[in-house]
Amino acid sequence: MAMLDRTARSVLLGELLSGMALTLRYMFRPKVTLNYPYEKGALSPRFRGEHALRRYPNGEERCIACKLCEAICPALAITIEAEPRADGSRRTTRYDIDMTKCIYCGYCQEACPVDAIVEGPNFEFAAETREELFYNKDKLMANGDRWEQEIAQNIALDAPYR
Amino acid sequence: MTAQPDVQIKPLTLNFGPQHPAAHGVLRLVLEMDGEVIERVDPHIGLLHRGTEKLIEYKTYLQAIPYFDRLDYVSPMNQEHAFALAVEKLLGIEPPKRGQYIRVLFCELTRIANHLLNIATFAIDVGAMTPILWAFEEREKVMEFYERVCGARLHAAYFRPGGVHQDLPAGLVEDIGAFCARFPKHIDDLEGLLTENRIFRQRTVDIGVVSPEQAMDWGFSGPMLRGSGIAWDLRRAQPYDVYEELDFQIPVGKDGDCFARYLVRIEEMRQSLKIIEQCLDKMPDGPVMIENTKVSPPRRAEMKRSMEALIHHFKLYTEGYHVPAGETYTAVEAPKGEFAVFLVSDGSNKPYRCKIRAPGFVHLSSMDELCRGHMLADSVAILGTMDIVFGEVDR
Repeated sequence: MAMLDRTARSVLLGELLSGMALTLRYMFRPKVTLNYPYEKGALSPRFRGEHALRRYPNGEERCIACKLCEAICPALAITIEAEPRADGSRRTTRYDIDMTKCIYCGYCQEACPVDAIVEGPNFEFAAETREELFYNKDKLMANGDRWEQEIAQNIALDAPYR
Repeated sequence: MTAQPDVQIKPLTLNFGPQHPAAHGVLRLVLEMDGEVIERVDPHIGLLHRGTEKLIEYKTYLQAIPYFDRLDYVSPMNQEHAFALAVEKLLGIEPPKRGQYIRVLFCELTRIANHLLNIATFAIDVGAMTPILWAFEEREKVMEFYERVCGARLHAAYFRPGGVHQDLPAGLVEDIGAFCARFPKHIDDLEGLLTENRIFRQRTVDIGVVSPEQAMDWGFSGPMLRGSGIAWDLRRAQPYDVYEELDFQIPVGKDGDCFARYLVRIEEMRQSLKIIEQCLDKMPDGPVMIENTKVSPPRRAEMKRSMEALIHHFKLYTEGYHVPAGETYTAVEAPKGEFAVFLVSDGSNKPYRCKIRAPGFVHLSSMDELCRGHMLADSVAILGTMDIVFGEVDR
């Protein structure tokens, strides 16, 4: 009897037809794809994207050139030079990140004692040349100014867990 | 008519890869063919060699973590787990219970993600197009959990010696629970397309048969070993973290062929779901990282307030911590098999030596024995069932 059953299924293409019925049912389900440049998936507050250097609300830059990010960076992507400013405060004169070396591990923002260097929510910074991915301080500060609202919101949301 | 003299035809040498889509990365196979039958396989590896082991000798213990994500980039958290456990063993510390539960929870999510990718790519290698489209949608959901917990979809850098980096964000436990409730249906759908399908069976049954003795001799582990009927699983044999407290079964195959290994992987996904549900139920409250400021950085608010915490913060992020001299071989049951780290410390803040035992390398070395006498197209099925990822084979 079992053999008859098996033969009947085999001849009548049982498993093939049920598989096709399954794919047909899937065809009428709502689609799961996103129309990317117009629709984007949600990102969590912890997302580690493009780097930015932040400022305090009064416009003063946060970074104090402690070089913790430079020390922890496993890919040696960060280069910092610093000297005291005219008002005596210690600030960076050079803050470069080689984005082609960076592995986006997030250690720099973990290490930063003043929340100056952060990995922001932006992931759309592809460039056509390598040179465009060698970020200097101006570029990083500009990123900070552009994304400050989102970054501040994300840090506030994630604060209870840090 | 004169008799034709016997002509010895030289076997045709065929190059497969390193840019072949079925080669699962940068594998180059040099095949010696007799017609369409494989006589010898010579895998050429090393095209993705990045010198991870040597690099780790020049990084502090914390800095070494991201390198483990990049070994087997399909199951990143399991590799981190092996390294974190090894460092913990040398340091003689134990992470808090909640940290251990979170690690097990994410290891099992990773196992699901890995097996989904493996089954889907295996199916596409043997001619089934649809499973990859379905499986990648589910995999994407696991990636979203990754992203919510650590900020990156793949390269997590989440497990640390002493626990995990951050606690689960609010709402994640519920969402993983909802995923667990829906997921068995997706496994059923996947099985509905493949398990009974005659084409899939023709391509997998009795292909690449490994006898239990061979599997032992060749040093197999993971589904490659269990597919041959040997119930060996490090989660059960030498439990680490909280696996001891969890109830799960070890699926074992019967015939040791590609089909048996496929079935083992399907069943392992169901068992992983069981483990995840238990983790969600049993997870206690409390810290996720050991509260020892000589190993784990202080909390952010404390660091901003207390001078001593700030000093610890600076120390940990520049010099790191010193690990007592010693050596350890620590293995975990990664989705692909026994992934292990042999770590030698000389008492400094950097590992003296870090040898990585990658299951994929061992499995790939049996390629010649497994493929001999099979057809050319079967080599792709055998390669697919080995679950090779070149990040860990070449290291």
